[in-house]
Amino acid sequence: MSFISYLINGISLGSVYAIIALGYTMVYGIAKMLNFAHGDVIMVGGFAVFTIVSTLGLPPVLGILVAVVVCTALGMLIERVAYKPLRNASSPLAVLITAIGVSYLLQNVALLIFGANTKSFTSVVTISPLKLADGQLIISGETIVTIIAGIIIMVCLTLFVNKSKAGQAMLAVSEDKGAAQLMGINVNGTIALTFAIGSALAAVAGVLLCSAYPSLTPYTGAMPGIKAFVAAVFGGIGSIPGAMIGGILLGIIEILGKAYISSQMADAIVFAVLIVVLLVKPTGILGKNIQEKV
Amino acid sequence: MKKMNITKTTKNNLITYLMVLLAYLAVQMLLLTGNISSLMKGLLVPLCIYVMLAISLNLTVGILGELSLGHAGFMCVGAFSGAFFSKCMDGLMPDSLRFLAALLIGAAVAGIFGILIGIPVLRLKGDYLAIVTLAFGEIIKNLVNVLYIGKDKNGFHFSMKDSISLHLDAEGQVIVNGAQGITGTPHDASFTIGIILIFISLFIILNLINSRDGRAIMSIRDNRIAAESIGINITKYKLMAFSISASIAGVAGVLYAHNLSTLTALPKNFGYNMSIMILVFVVLGGIGNIRGSIISAIILTLLPELLRGLSDYRMLIYAIVLIAMMLLNWSPKAIEWKEGLKRHSKKEKEVK
Repeated sequence: MSFISYLINGISLGSVYAIIALGYTMVYGIAKMLNFAHGDVIMVGGFAVFTIVSTLGLPPVLGILVAVVVCTALGMLIERVAYKPLRNASSPLAVLITAIGVSYLLQNVALLIFGANTKSFTSVVTISPLKLADGQLIISGETIVTIIAGIIIMVCLTLFVNKSKAGQAMLAVSEDKGAAQLMGINVNGTIALTFAIGSALAAVAGVLLCSAYPSLTPYTGAMPGIKAFVAAVFGGIGSIPGAMIGGILLGIIEILGKAYISSQMADAIVFAVLIVVLLVKPTGILGKNIQEKV
Repeated sequence: MKKMNITKTTKNNLITYLMVLLAYLAVQMLLLTGNISSLMKGLLVPLCIYVMLAISLNLTVGILGELSLGHAGFMCVGAFSGAFFSKCMDGLMPDSLRFLAALLIGAAVAGIFGILIGIPVLRLKGDYLAIVTLAFGEIIKNLVNVLYIGKDKNGFHFSMKDSISLHLDAEGQVIVNGAQGITGTPHDASFTIGIILIFISLFIILNLINSRDGRAIMSIRDNRIAAESIGINITKYKLMAFSISASIAGVAGVLYAHNLSTLTALPKNFGYNMSIMILVFVVLGGIGNIRGSIISAIILTLLPELLRGLSDYRMLIYAIVLIAMMLLNWSPKAIEWKEGLKRHSKKEKEVK
């Protein structure tokens, strides 16, 4: 019975990773850059909800809305100020180092505003835990909400990308930026939209993550951010279903590793997965193999 | 013409060596006349460590052109292997010889790890390489924190659980104690040794850059496919640069371990943040510019200590410096603007 409960916890954590990984994978697919600051946008979302709900005492729904708006605006601002000027830089390292700088900046601004001590986050979920099999298997409300939210987001995003005009523009830009521009697609606008969607998803992930693990520090987002990137690579970077599968598998691996191998080694296990995946199949589970042309 | 070129690089290198020598002499003068606070005295060895880390990371980032975010991991490997050796051999060998051996072992172990990590990782590029080196750094830190090694008459005992499961004799001694790390490493590090090590690292790196091998490495950075097409063995040269960089970081780690009585692997000293801090040194000093790395490592270490009031904002300033430097130096628009400025001033001179 404990195995099933670990499995469910793993799927729940994995859903959070999947939501974060979606942001990574979309941005990577379209802007060909690793947005290191993505994890810290999660943290900003967490603090936005914390301020609205715990400090100002307003209803959680409003908090979530504010978090989504704040993160979306932040994501677009970061893209405009820090990444866009470097889009045609001669070295691909330039934008990567800038992204690390942005990540650091967000952490330290949060540190100055909110301080280093851990804030206890009040869960925004009010559903009571589900008891199965005579109380041997307890599934918390947060777990249920996280899994459901994960499914809804994945379905909506897949529909958006495949059915809407803006989504098709995204696919086109990620395929070939130059050709997309010739077809009359607003490339800058599409990239900005991708950052906006990714950041909005990060806000949702932040709320879910902080509800499930109710402690909030300026560094909360960094580790889940990096692990979600691992998930995105695992599933095949640039692929939306890949991010979902990678996220959920990684969540399960982490929870089972914590439970059966060693709790201190959980992070090491997750990173070892990354190295193995990159060695065996660098394109990930669902990634496409792109030939490099001279 | 050829002679001119040689003298230019040699002159440049000599300036770098001279700068380090002058800095050393200046500090020695201050030490002799007693014009140095105890706080600054305590900073001298860390300063040498940061300089070594910065120049070695610059070899990977600036010369090889790959972003490594696991530099602190190599430092960690070097620190623990060096300290482990010193702990085992304490009293069995003359102190200076033991420290020298510890430095060599730290360099060798970190270099071997560099090759081990490098073989699979250097097949990847850019973002992937950055994230895998980051992952490697975190794995090392995690592993060291659960590693227990003890020594008794029967030899060494290893465990990944706790110190009790080592099953040591009564006289057995726990050397590496998991999260508590290694305690009681002899205090061998000094400013002079640090400076000597900086000189050796500089000698290795500057000579590498100006050699045939160094030019091969830089050609890979500038255009991998073109380099491959003229018969440059990419894997070999990448590994060479990567493992030399790792070795020097390992030596810096040994120096670090022998400067403290307790060596533990915390996020603060061997984590991701440390790797980023070294990267900030490299970026501020100028990617690919070894002398710049030395200067920026010194300035960025001393500045927050001198301006005490700024210490809260230290990391914030680092972040802003990092973003501003990248935007100014790499954005095509900023480059255009700077060139326009240059042309403008040239024209003005001509008019005059």
